[in-house]
Amino acid sequence: MTIKIKYFASLREQLGRAEDEYPAGPGLTVADLWTRLWPDRPLPPNTLAAVNQEYADLGRLLADGDEVAFFPPVTGG
Amino acid sequence: MRIELRDTPFEPLAELARYQDGLATLRGRYGATACFIGTMRDFNEGEAVCGMYLEHYPGMTERELEKLVAEALERYGLLEALVIHRVGAIEPNQPIVLVAVWSAHRAAAFDGCRQIMEELKSRAPFWKRETLVETETSRWVARNTPG
Repeated sequence: MTIKIKYFASLREQLGRAEDEYPAGPGLTVADLWTRLWPDRPLPPNTLAAVNQEYADLGRLLADGDEVAFFPPVTGG
Repeated sequence: MRIELRDTPFEPLAELARYQDGLATLRGRYGATACFIGTMRDFNEGEAVCGMYLEHYPGMTERELEKLVAEALERYGLLEALVIHRVGAIEPNQPIVLVAVWSAHRAAAFDGCRQIMEELKSRAPFWKRETLVETETSRWVARNTPG
């Protein structure tokens, strides 16, 4: 099982990709996941995260099959 | 409650009238209807804008909208709520969002409608990319105006 990652809007364009996958492992948090995927790129300030389509903080522990999303502040309405 | 995302232009006042016509069981119970319509401007941050693309997060956007509307229904004791929001390519003067609420009295309607709109602005995963007239280039809108 893996964790599925999605990127949106300006973040997706900066990274040059819309999706990633990463193997799930014990004790892996949202912040850890970013660092493993992008070791040379600190998480941009104000980036929001969601786990399974609900807002989550960076300390949230991840499990097999989770869908994680990273995106910039929202600008709808 | 009805939440809809549309990828084509819509007419907010016709949608509101049609939805209210369908509220047969609420007839006689609501004394107040409040609505907010957001329309695309042809300027932003001092520059002329000729188009916009609204990106969203399919699944999470609908879910977050349902949550924030349910919170307003509960908090203000609203009887009904309708939210329609555009996604995709939008042109100036086209409606972006309709929020309409129904309640017994006006205070709940005004306040509930305002709360839905403010929460939508700060929580619902939508991102605007606008095209500028002068340079014909596009840029991500970094933040919403404060009010």
